[in-house]
Amino acid sequence: MRQFWKSMFKSPSGVIGLVILLLAISVALFGPMLFPNSPWRMVQRPFLPPFTLSTVPLGTDALGRDVFAGMIFGARVSLLVGLVSTLVALVVGIPIGAMAGYFGGRVDDALMRFTEFFQTIPSFALAIVLVAILQPSIYSIVASIAVVSWPPVARLVRGEVLSLRTREYVQAAIVTGQSNTWIILREILPNALSPVIVLASLMVATAILLESSLSFLGLGDPNLISWGYMVGAGRTVIRQAWWITVFPGIAILISVLGLNLIGEGLNDALNPRLSREGR
Amino acid sequence: MPKRVLLGLLLACGLAAPALAQEPKTGGVINAVIQPEPPGLMLAQVQNGPTQMVSGNIFEGLLRYSPKLEPQPELAESWSVSEDAKTYTFKLRKGVTWHDGKPFTAADVLFSIEMLKQTHARARTNLAQVDKVEAPDDHTVVFTLKQPFGPFLGIFEVGSMPMVPKHLYEGTDWKTNAYNNAPIGTGPFMFREWQKGSFIRLVKNPNYYEKGKPYLDEIYWQIIPDAAARSVAYETGKVDVLPGGSVENFDVPRLSKLKDTCVTGAGWEFFSPLAWLWLNNRQGPLADKRVRQAIMFAIDRDFAKDVIWNGLGKVATGPSASTIKYYTDDVKKYPYDPAKAKALLKEAGYKGEKIRLLPLAYGETWQRWGEAVKQNLQDVGMTIETIATDVAGGNQKIGDWDYDIAFTYLYQYGDPALGVGRNYISSNIAKGQVFNNVEGYSNPEIDKLFADGAVATPDSKRKEIYEKAQKILVEDVPVAWMLELQFPTITRCKVKNLITTGIGVNDGFKDAWLDK
Repeated sequence: MRQFWKSMFKSPSGVIGLVILLLAISVALFGPMLFPNSPWRMVQRPFLPPFTLSTVPLGTDALGRDVFAGMIFGARVSLLVGLVSTLVALVVGIPIGAMAGYFGGRVDDALMRFTEFFQTIPSFALAIVLVAILQPSIYSIVASIAVVSWPPVARLVRGEVLSLRTREYVQAAIVTGQSNTWIILREILPNALSPVIVLASLMVATAILLESSLSFLGLGDPNLISWGYMVGAGRTVIRQAWWITVFPGIAILISVLGLNLIGEGLNDALNPRLSREGR
Repeated sequence: MPKRVLLGLLLACGLAAPALAQEPKTGGVINAVIQPEPPGLMLAQVQNGPTQMVSGNIFEGLLRYSPKLEPQPELAESWSVSEDAKTYTFKLRKGVTWHDGKPFTAADVLFSIEMLKQTHARARTNLAQVDKVEAPDDHTVVFTLKQPFGPFLGIFEVGSMPMVPKHLYEGTDWKTNAYNNAPIGTGPFMFREWQKGSFIRLVKNPNYYEKGKPYLDEIYWQIIPDAAARSVAYETGKVDVLPGGSVENFDVPRLSKLKDTCVTGAGWEFFSPLAWLWLNNRQGPLADKRVRQAIMFAIDRDFAKDVIWNGLGKVATGPSASTIKYYTDDVKKYPYDPAKAKALLKEAGYKGEKIRLLPLAYGETWQRWGEAVKQNLQDVGMTIETIATDVAGGNQKIGDWDYDIAFTYLYQYGDPALGVGRNYISSNIAKGQVFNNVEGYSNPEIDKLFADGAVATPDSKRKEIYEKAQKILVEDVPVAWMLELQFPTITRCKVKNLITTGIGVNDGFKDAWLDK
């Protein structure tokens, strides 16, 4: 573990990514306490440019709502959707992949055909359809993002399990009569996790982008402010008021970039093929 | 001394110029946007907004209406009403010809009415009180009513009752008649060409009965499907006229600031679109009159007008728009007063029960409005949940009464009997339909007032009845009236006299001219 953190801190991209993520998380957690004003409240005259009033540092939108407050509260929704939908995708994808890889044969065939069924549909189109049918709300958005993002997890885990299953220590466990569940949970999965962790960090980034795209198209939760919603609502007035679109856009860019950097750092730190010492 | 002469000259020129400018000039071509592309141009069979806008300049009605909705002569040059208000006699203009040269006579009027009863839903309702129509001679038409019907003189506008040529339609299958695609009317402009997806071209009617009119040579109605592209088409000079609703609201301020650009909200008086919130009177906190009144006090309607509608429109005072007959503002007032709203909610015992809000899925403007209203209501302590939906889904929820608060806007057609009463009388409570009394308001007194008002005579009696009805409704708040909407028409300032009637662009090119 210490080894892991050491190599993580060695890669500059990982450090930058971690800093960005921690910053975003602390904004999401503590921001609303520091700025208790609702981002929906009309506080100033509409279309106030940024840096003119210290109470609304990033200006106001078409209704006179504080863009800065929107970004603070939007962080909450974006990160929450990103993390929760990734967790759900992992919870669905890992067991399916593990079972397919471990049992092989018909189980594998059945599970993989099922997975491919989801993979053949373009994921963003599927997400739009799901949200539209279920009516836009934070739950339907998390669910639909999870539905479109678990198949890669399942395939990745299956591949890892397939290769680990032939290792001698697994064979030994089978010979000693351990139960299948025990073997999968205690012997195989812990060794298959590192690529999954890397994948997961990238999935969070993808999920944030997906949520933003859905909100941009007007399929966000109408009761919650999010960065994508702000960009979508500001897009139509971009020629009069660039700041409504640009600041939340930057927030999306930075947080997705941060997560990608973390993924890269994790990859470097967890990849056994990259020697850690004495290079 | 020479300086003073020069100044005098300048002054004289300055004073003379506007007077000169009022003299209409003949000639010129106008490009206007039509949005969306009309499904057809045969006004007697197709009544979509864009159809009315183009064909209102090809066809004509018996009457035209001023912005104050006073009837003015068009194909009928004069009219008289009998003592008992049951017989209306119209004298038709002489020397009017169809675009193909045949004369227009009373026989055409009788035929048009027969056709419209079958093809035009609103005309059918409007004519329900008519017992018989007769033509004693070629230029006289007499309507006999079953009982006096106050708004009768308000149903002859071109979109409500267009005149169609008998000699081209009699004995044919109306739906497949070839003239549907190349309509023949009596109007100032003749149909010439329709390139589907590109433009509709109208040309001047050289034999028009009003000498000298129309002034313009040609009109091109440009079809541009994308809203942003329509704005750009205006900016680049491809089109000179953007009729109401053809660009998004947020583009209006930017376009109006352009050089030589004139904006007006006039020309919608006949339709008088009024926006309100349906309040479901049947269930939950909204069944309490005090909660509904609190909603009126809680919503900042001036903000909605100034910010969301860019200052166009007017804060509504009650069920009738101010352009509708017998409108009165002598009713209970609901200024923006959050403190009063809170007090009323407390008095009604409202404890933060969840209330569902259904915005109108007609684009950005309505979405922003939904957000502002939600915030207004939350500010006074109401718990509001916005339900996201599309147009069809929203209509279904409203029709099934599965909502608490819902946005809408409706046309009022000039008279309370034609466009107001339908939303408040209890006989119009019918599940599954969207534009009737979906709020479920039921008040026998109101039912009686609207029933009496439609047939009462004389006018002063109707006035009294409708003013009373407005007072009762505004006190009861069956729905929360928001704004009298105005859809701005944007034109180059060189386009003069385009909007002179209550239906604006729909029949406005008759008088329009181009200042070159």
